[in-house]
Amino acid sequence: MVVAESKPQPKVKKKAVPIPKQPPEVRKHNFNEVALGYTEEQALEEASRCLQCPQPQCVKGCPVEIDIPAFIKLLREGKYEEGIKKIKEKNSLPAICGRVCPQEEQCQKYCVLGKVGDPVSIGRLERFLADWERARGFTIPERAPPTGKKVAIIGAGPAGLTAAADLAKLGHEVVIFEALHLPGGVLVYGIPEFRLPKSIVQAEVDYIRKLGVELKLGYLIGRTYTIPELLKERGFDAVFIGTGAGLPQFLGVPGENLGGIYSANEFLIRVNLMKSYAFPEYDTPIRIGKHVVVIGGGNVAMDSARSALRLGAEQVCIVYRRSREEMPARKEEIENAEEEGIICKFLAAPTRFIGDEKGWVKQMECIQMELGPPDESGRRRPVPVKGSEFLMDTDTVIIAIGRTPNPIIQRTTEGLAVTKWGTIVADENGKTSLEGVYAGGDIVTGEATVISAMGAGKRAARAIHEYLMSKK
Amino acid sequence: MYEILRTEELAPKIKLFEVYAPEIAEKAKPGQFIIVIINEKGERVPLTIAGYDAEKGSITFVFNEVGKTTKQLGLLKEGDSIWNITGPLGNPSEIRNFGKVLCVAGGVMIAPMLLQVRALREAGNTVVTVMGARIKELLFFKDEMKALSHRLYVATDDGSEGYKGLNFLKDVLAEEKFDRCVAMGPVSMLQKVCELTRPYKVPTVVTLMPIMVDGMGMCGVCRVNVGGQMKFGCVDGPEFDGHLVDFDQLIKRQRMFLPEERLSALLWELGGCGCGGK
Ligand SMILES: Cc1cc2nc3c(=O)[nH]c(=O)nc-3n(C[C@H](O)[C@H](O)[C@H](O)COP(=O)(O)OP(=O)(O)OC[C@H]3O[C@@H](n4cnc5c(N)ncnc54)[C@H](O)[C@@H]3O)c2cc1C
Ligand code: FES
Repeated sequence: MVVAESKPQPKVKKKAVPIPKQPPEVRKHNFNEVALGYTEEQALEEASRCLQCPQPQCVKGCPVEIDIPAFIKLLREGKYEEGIKKIKEKNSLPAICGRVCPQEEQCQKYCVLGKVGDPVSIGRLERFLADWERARGFTIPERAPPTGKKVAIIGAGPAGLTAAADLAKLGHEVVIFEALHLPGGVLVYGIPEFRLPKSIVQAEVDYIRKLGVELKLGYLIGRTYTIPELLKERGFDAVFIGTGAGLPQFLGVPGENLGGIYSANEFLIRVNLMKSYAFPEYDTPIRIGKHVVVIGGGNVAMDSARSALRLGAEQVCIVYRRSREEMPARKEEIENAEEEGIICKFLAAPTRFIGDEKGWVKQMECIQMELGPPDESGRRRPVPVKGSEFLMDTDTVIIAIGRTPNPIIQRTTEGLAVTKWGTIVADENGKTSLEGVYAGGDIVTGEATVISAMGAGKRAARAIHEYLMSKK
Repeated sequence: MYEILRTEELAPKIKLFEVYAPEIAEKAKPGQFIIVIINEKGERVPLTIAGYDAEKGSITFVFNEVGKTTKQLGLLKEGDSIWNITGPLGNPSEIRNFGKVLCVAGGVMIAPMLLQVRALREAGNTVVTVMGARIKELLFFKDEMKALSHRLYVATDDGSEGYKGLNFLKDVLAEEKFDRCVAMGPVSMLQKVCELTRPYKVPTVVTLMPIMVDGMGMCGVCRVNVGGQMKFGCVDGPEFDGHLVDFDQLIKRQRMFLPEERLSALLWELGGCGCGGK
């Protein structure tokens, strides 16, 4: 009999298991999900790469502090149910976060394996467990006994949905007021089907409904009711504002009102929320020309460009005023876009649009940029090069240069402190300048991420709970 | 779901619906609008509120059966339901005692104008109303309008009833001084009214209904050039200073999706969109 003298050193597996994807040639013609998700075997293989560090670095990078090594360990042991429970202690929307979180800048950025090879694909493992659970049907957690307190949630984006779920579990009566006719916020109106299937958002929303949360759709707070009315006349004890950053920004250059020029929000709302890719079965139309230009370099620009391609554009060109290094979009999405044949034109910015006699855009004049010293954001500031104007032919332009907070609540709520950028002032627990009124997500931070909005919803839920329970 | 309490055909292809929507009825004010979605696959259609009754919990609106959605809507009957209605949206009209007000309404917008005239009257104004339509068969609410206005003029494009076109207003404006003009109707009519009032410097407020999607400031498709500034029809309006509006651009923008709208209506009429006419 041979006795091992010391434990064999586990071999470090440097390469991550690749995620199966639809091939670019196929996927650029359909709206189905691009990344197909790990099979059970692949997930187990990838999970086996985790070193189970005693002092895990990855957790530091997670905005909601999921116990990552613990859930990976459970996955590895085949204890999927317990694994997903572990994630859900901190994150109530794992199927969504597993797909759209910028993991390369969060958990995976800190993974020790990243120093010698690929970091563990934490997001893909999260997605695997979440999809496994969804396929089997959710188990609805027990709710605490009713507290008799009533909370209004404004906006059914990730911030609002998370706050609603947590407050409902704690036994409060929760009503969500959402201005649009479908819940999900950016998850339904912004992020396209091929990155986040709407059936997944639907499943998460159903889960929240099963927790007893009431969803009122088509209620624009500030118009149908104001916040003071909710508190004083409608019997709510607290309010959470999660209204997001949904206002499109325009360039302010001549010709911007020509036909064929969309804000990214308009374009994406038509395509995603109104499903105009299925026009005329769905009533809302969209018109895509042959030469589409997308202005901007973020995720929204990538989503717009890739949607335009799928709607049949012959050529899609992204025009960004800085260089590739400064592009704020996720790397993976830039790669996906380029694989699909989208062209990027760097260091250029539009100066005017030229229309035809019917008022439709036909050309865009741009100016060449060069990079100067860094600005407040730390990125190098683009500076126009004198006399470098040039023309581009185009018949469809999508402007994706950023979004600002929805202002209706701020305009109709007296005493609510607002910053000069129009965001609502709130502390780390979401407490605003008004008693019983909390806020979180993009409406407080400006455009950010799904996971940070969720984290804000969670912290606010805890603070609202404490506030309600201390109030006589 | 919003139940239809009453339907009425006011003129050929012009229908009035009264719908049970207590929360909107309680908050609605003259000048505001709603967004109607007929079913899960429907588009979001903005319609001006033409009446509200908080006690009964109802709102009314009037529409022209021109596109697919309004044609579909026109088939619904008392007791049927509309999938979703959002509102009230947009800023309410400014209603106070201006003195003498000229109200000009055309087409379906005669209905919300009635609401406006009543409110202006209650605020103590002298109200002179002009109501117009393409042909006399399309005029409605004449008696109601007459009862509420101090004076009523009727005009039709073909002259089949009342004045032919709006040019007669030149004389009216030359003779009397108005403190304000309120115009609601098709863009070409609004533009005409603004041309007529401009030389007399009558402050002219027009209700614009550009193409909308969300109706709450999120998409910007409703942008209009007002005095060189970009304004959103849905949240900055729907009412604007007519003398500052770039009507030519607005008309072009309203036609942006005309081919698609026609296709959609045609396919629906042929029953060929694959949705079984639902
Ligand atoms: C195209 C696109 C792609 C993106 N991709 C990613 C990504 O890959 N990964 C990532 O992490 N983040 C991504 N983001 C950012 C992310 O989606 C947002 O940071 C996040 O959704 C913010 O959540 P929220 O709950 O604060 O607001 P939102 O998701 O904006 O939800 C706000 C909700 O409130 C509603 N509302 C607004 N005003 C009112 C009112 N007065 N009354 C009632 N309801 C109201 C809105 O209709 C909306 O449904 C993307 C954003 C966009 C636009
Ligand atoms: S309709 Fe979308 S912003 Fe006005």
